[in-house]
Amino acid sequence: MKKVGKTDPQKLYEDIREQAREWSQSRQEKPRVLVGTATCGLAAGALQVKEDFMREIEAKGLDAEVIEVGCIGHCYAEPLAIIAKPGFPPVCYGYLDEGLVHRLVEDFLAGDDPSYEYAMAALERNDEFPTFEDFPRGVYEEKLILEHCGHIDFGKIESYISRDGYSALAKALSGDPGRVLEEVKAANLRGRGGAGFPAGKKWESCLENGEAEKYIICNADEGDPGAFMDRSVLESDPHLVLEGMILCAYAVGARQGYLYIRAEYPRAVKHVREALEQAREKGFLGNSILGTDFSFDLEIFQGSGAFICGEATALVNSMEGKMGMPESRPPRLVQEGFRGKPTVLNNVKTFAYVPLIINRGADWFKETGTAESPGTAVFSLVGKVNNTGLVEVPMGTTLRQLIEEVGDGLPNGRQFKAVQIGGPSGGCLPESSLDVPIDFDSLHEAGAIMGSGGLVVMDQDDCMVAVARYFLEFTQHESCGKCTFCRLGTKHMLDILTGITRGEGDAETLELLKELGEDVRDGSLCNLGRTAPNPVLTTLRYFYDEYKAHIEEGRCPALVCRDLILYYIKPSKCSKLCNVCVGSCPTEAIYTRDDGLKAIDQDKCVKCDNCRKACPTEYDAVIRLSPPVLPAEKERKAK
Amino acid sequence: MQLMEGEREEILACVKEVLGENSKTNENLIPILQQVQAKLGYLPALAMEKIAEGLDAPAADVYGIATFYNQFRLNPPGKHEVRVCLGTACYMAGGNITLESFERRMEIKEGETTPDRHYSLDRVACVGCCSLAPVVVVDEEVEGKATPTRVDGIMLALEEDRENTGKQESEEGEKSGQN
Ligand SMILES: Cc1cc2nc3c(=O)[nH]c(=O)nc-3n(C[C@H](O)[C@H](O)[C@H](O)COP(=O)(O)O)c2cc1C
Ligand code: SF4
Ligand code: SF4
Ligand code: FES
Ligand code: FES
Repeated sequence: MKKVGKTDPQKLYEDIREQAREWSQSRQEKPRVLVGTATCGLAAGALQVKEDFMREIEAKGLDAEVIEVGCIGHCYAEPLAIIAKPGFPPVCYGYLDEGLVHRLVEDFLAGDDPSYEYAMAALERNDEFPTFEDFPRGVYEEKLILEHCGHIDFGKIESYISRDGYSALAKALSGDPGRVLEEVKAANLRGRGGAGFPAGKKWESCLENGEAEKYIICNADEGDPGAFMDRSVLESDPHLVLEGMILCAYAVGARQGYLYIRAEYPRAVKHVREALEQAREKGFLGNSILGTDFSFDLEIFQGSGAFICGEATALVNSMEGKMGMPESRPPRLVQEGFRGKPTVLNNVKTFAYVPLIINRGADWFKETGTAESPGTAVFSLVGKVNNTGLVEVPMGTTLRQLIEEVGDGLPNGRQFKAVQIGGPSGGCLPESSLDVPIDFDSLHEAGAIMGSGGLVVMDQDDCMVAVARYFLEFTQHESCGKCTFCRLGTKHMLDILTGITRGEGDAETLELLKELGEDVRDGSLCNLGRTAPNPVLTTLRYFYDEYKAHIEEGRCPALVCRDLILYYIKPSKCSKLCNVCVGSCPTEAIYTRDDGLKAIDQDKCVKCDNCRKACPTEYDAVIRLSPPVLPAEKERKAK
Repeated sequence: MQLMEGEREEILACVKEVLGENSKTNENLIPILQQVQAKLGYLPALAMEKIAEGLDAPAADVYGIATFYNQFRLNPPGKHEVRVCLGTACYMAGGNITLESFERRMEIKEGETTPDRHYSLDRVACVGCCSLAPVVVVDEEVEGKATPTRVDGIMLALEEDRENTGKQESEEGEKSGQN
């Protein structure tokens, strides 16, 4: 037992929790408005909504508190707020604006009418209004690490403690460090940074290393250009991650740890910094944690925005002030990591599961998910899907359930084409793969990867060649240049893909592209290079015909590749009474024909799509043609 | 890009201050660069030279680090900084078309600053509000659904400011001329 003198960590913790609960209870006596101010809420105008609430509340002389919370998870309906008033279940409202805020304050806060017609869902079971769990999304969703996101006050450690936060730490400190390790191992917790390596195994190797000086690092670099889960967790519930890291440090015997957060995430940095201070104040961090002889502290290191620095060894190099280039392994970080010392590096989400596992046990954790991939998967669900946002589902949920039920399908009858999973290292899967269960191994078999958790739904308007080119351009740019295959191979592939988007190439080109992809995959040192060809290889595998249309017919079926389309105004649809498109064109390419209809000067057109968007829906006269050939009759009339 | 009046002194003072606050080890190079950039808005060549001197490291190393990491900018930021999101969701929603519209209107390319330092234009990856794609960040404000038509609106507001600043400057110029 790790006790110093008479202090019992459990007892000390219970006192702290008691105080936090009193604080929280007194706060709950008043009505509270929780406004979601994660990044997407801010973009949608959450701060304005917050001000509106405060102004209206003051104008009515009400005693109610307005509190900023993190990501509530339903980004599509931002700005969002939860109103918690004693005597009512807490209710979540979306699409807030000044008018609705006025109404809610008047009817619900001042009066007693929760205005259910504007509510999205209640957050607690009640007899009056359904909860999120009653919707299809709620049936499939299971929130473990996102449970408190958007509900707790990220700026107040008491808010976390009153919900049993840091109780896992107190429990662990009352026992042997070996118990933490055993529990994490038994839970078969796999790393959520992409590769799914068992966390327990990693911790054990670090522990067994025997060196006195060890480090813990949390990887919050989140380089996938289409993902924001790690940031949301850090912004919305920072203490959960800190507690996980402290538990890890206790298990492996580290005294110092770092959070490697990308500098582009200033809010996450700020929230974590405040959380660290508060945790130190309460004695959860620093010397003699909860009165025991275990001491550990955490610092923030701000990453400088290089995708490769998410890779374990490159990350450590950049922390040491070097160029962020990967090293060949072994030695692994658990042998020789930061400053040459044994180091445990885990993803934000991996750490976030740890307090739950310690509190509720490995068996509880394994009840969710599949045998090989227990627990949940967290995605940022975006693209052509109704319910965009942050979602958490049990491993083993199929892609179809995730898109159709949780995401509520594609908007207004759009046709599903593909889903991109895992960002630049992942792949595009077609309709026929939708019944693949989401877990580390099944996705890998299908050609994608679990990866970082970006999930983009695509429809008939998205060109697979352009998507593959987009990701390859990204990885090509981010390649650190160390491996010849990665540096030059991806460049060569990018040139070929660029050519294809212009209609250049033949069957051999596609064969070459595939071979190059395989070479880069097999000949690169780190996973950036090894996985960079994935978006290309999967689209070649599942959407070969689309590639063929580009090079054989000079046609882009999705009407995206700009060298293969032209803009054309259909005379049969254009109206003489209208000239909306003329003003919308930035290059003055649209002129009036002799007959009063409009037409486009192809030499001036820069294909910006303005006119097509501007043309009123009742006419829809501007269309794109691919291959880019004008219907013969029109040109004659034009000039 | 040419240094403005008084900028040289500002750079030297800033580097001196930051170097004074940090212990001079290579491990601190990135934090030092971050702090200098936070103060000056970018990393002028002169600053990198002086940092290298201060850390007793080859200037090429400092320059190498500064160019390796996307966070560091070698051009001064414009008075108005426009950053176009080219994260996956925004790209798919036509973010590149939005970027081009800005390039055309500002007459600079992505990564550049206008000679009068009124605008700078950059690309970023996922700002975290993909539901509003395509997204641009104008100064610190995030604007959703930024189609080319919206670009025109944004530019209109920024141009107005440019004209006003231009006027003020020439008025000031006239005044000082009178003295
Ligand atoms: C190019 C590249 C980028 C990566 N980016 C990240 C990242 O942003 N976040 C992350 O947690 N892991 C990232 N990884 C994976 C890490 O190398 C490492 O496997 C992971 O952080 C280990 O944590 P985990 O076991 O908890 O998943 C990246 C790997 C590569 C090759
Ligand atoms: S696509 Fe853009 S440039 Fe071409 S005609 Fe339409 S508005 Fe003009
Ligand atoms: S906006 Fe449409 S209907 Fe109106 S003039 Fe242009 S093409 Fe014709
Ligand atoms: S609800 Fe918008 S950030 Fe999550
Ligand atoms: S991709 Fe632009 S905000 Fe996410």
